[in-house]
Amino acid sequence: MEIKKTSLNKLHQSNNAKFVEFAGYEMPIQYSKGIIEEHKFTRSNSGIFDVSHMGQLFIYGDESLTEELEKIFPLDLKNLKQNCSKYSFLMNEDAGIYDDLIITKIEEGYLIILNAACKDKDFEILSNLLGSKFKMNLDNNRSLIAIQGPKSVEILNPIINGVDQLNFMTGNWFDSNNQKLFVTRSGYTGEDGFEISISNDKAEKFVENLIERGAQLIGLGARDTLRLEAGLCLYGHELDINKTPVEANLRWAISKSRLSNGGFIGSKKIMNQMQDGASQIRVGIKPEGRLIAREKTKIFDDTDTQIGEITSGTFGPSVNGPIAMGYVNKKFSKVDTKILLEVRGKKHPANVCALPFYKKNYVKGVN
Amino acid sequence: MSEVKFSKEHEWITLEGDVATIGITKHATEMLGDIVFAELPEKGSIVEKDGTAGVVESTKAASDVYTPVSGEVVDTNQAIVDDPSKINEDPEGSAWFFKLKMKDQSEMDSLMNKEEYDKFAKESAS
Repeated sequence: MEIKKTSLNKLHQSNNAKFVEFAGYEMPIQYSKGIIEEHKFTRSNSGIFDVSHMGQLFIYGDESLTEELEKIFPLDLKNLKQNCSKYSFLMNEDAGIYDDLIITKIEEGYLIILNAACKDKDFEILSNLLGSKFKMNLDNNRSLIAIQGPKSVEILNPIINGVDQLNFMTGNWFDSNNQKLFVTRSGYTGEDGFEISISNDKAEKFVENLIERGAQLIGLGARDTLRLEAGLCLYGHELDINKTPVEANLRWAISKSRLSNGGFIGSKKIMNQMQDGASQIRVGIKPEGRLIAREKTKIFDDTDTQIGEITSGTFGPSVNGPIAMGYVNKKFSKVDTKILLEVRGKKHPANVCALPFYKKNYVKGVN
Repeated sequence: MSEVKFSKEHEWITLEGDVATIGITKHATEMLGDIVFAELPEKGSIVEKDGTAGVVESTKAASDVYTPVSGEVVDTNQAIVDDPSKINEDPEGSAWFFKLKMKDQSEMDSLMNKEEYDKFAKESAS
């Protein structure tokens, strides 16, 4: 299959991007400054991320759509206000995760942002579940641009007037240069920021405008170190079809009001695990010293028994040390538990630690 | 000090008496990106030509470091273990990896000179 390109591909090239294939797309892993510089720039200034490979699924409908979606997602969608976003999951009957996603209630129905590698399958699953009653559009004509970091609001607001009035995890349609943009205040870095849905033919010019105002392009490499420092899950690593949201320590994302009666896909398993606890759970892990424990690194206790596995591990530029996430048996999941990581045949000490590794405050209560 | 020689695994080596100094090339560091971890062989250990003699890790991945010649490790550069970013800053100078007491100096003969290596690196990068 031919590799797909986003509408910003030429702009990446002219900014000296190094490309990798990601979910069938040619995506920039880094630009000339490198991952650490790009990471730090995002934390201190404003980074631009091309996330156009992600799925933008519009589902059109009224209250009857809300009812149908509540049979799928563990969310209280009836009480979700228009223009508010929620983090959620598409699950199977065993609460295994097909995908993690952000769903926003919009005037026309719902907008769901899906992972690139999962979007086509998600579309198929949702089409089968919803039938032909609701119009669904996995929109390939729109790009998705994230701008993240403390200076993002002052860079973006003059271009899209009014985005400074958005609270974290809310969005809205905006008019800018006679085009309709959907902007949410959200992101995947642990920083304040926005995600802008914009038609493909306007994307390059829009990003050039952001660059002129001082933001810089950031690749997927820094996106990964940023999200890992923020303790955020990456599908295919922390999350997959064999893990449940409870095991992934994401029970906060399941609406409390949905737990008494269930009625969403996977609810039985979720309710059982909420009560009895899961046997394995996702934790943060800090190796001692500078050692980096990558994905698939085995985790042991002091009796040489394997108790888990690392799902992501790297060097955290803002933490200035190695960080990781992984799954461990529940009894080893308490913060400060000593564990051992097997790297290149040797066992190295590490500690279970609280997530996130790096914390900033998101914008709440603007209006 | 001898002429700098290079291996296909992107190590450089110089010889002074029977002691070789080995590091990774600037080209290698450019391919790896930001280096954040380095592991070196133990002093006194014996390493064999083309065998692994250390590890470097970038933000992206881990890579083995090979030794282009055989010998006994007589010194290692603790400064790059303490601050691996030095490897990106000065890979072919102060950020050497280890020194070996060579067994067989003829092992140097099969290595590339600068001109040959530059050509090799350019071809292998494309």
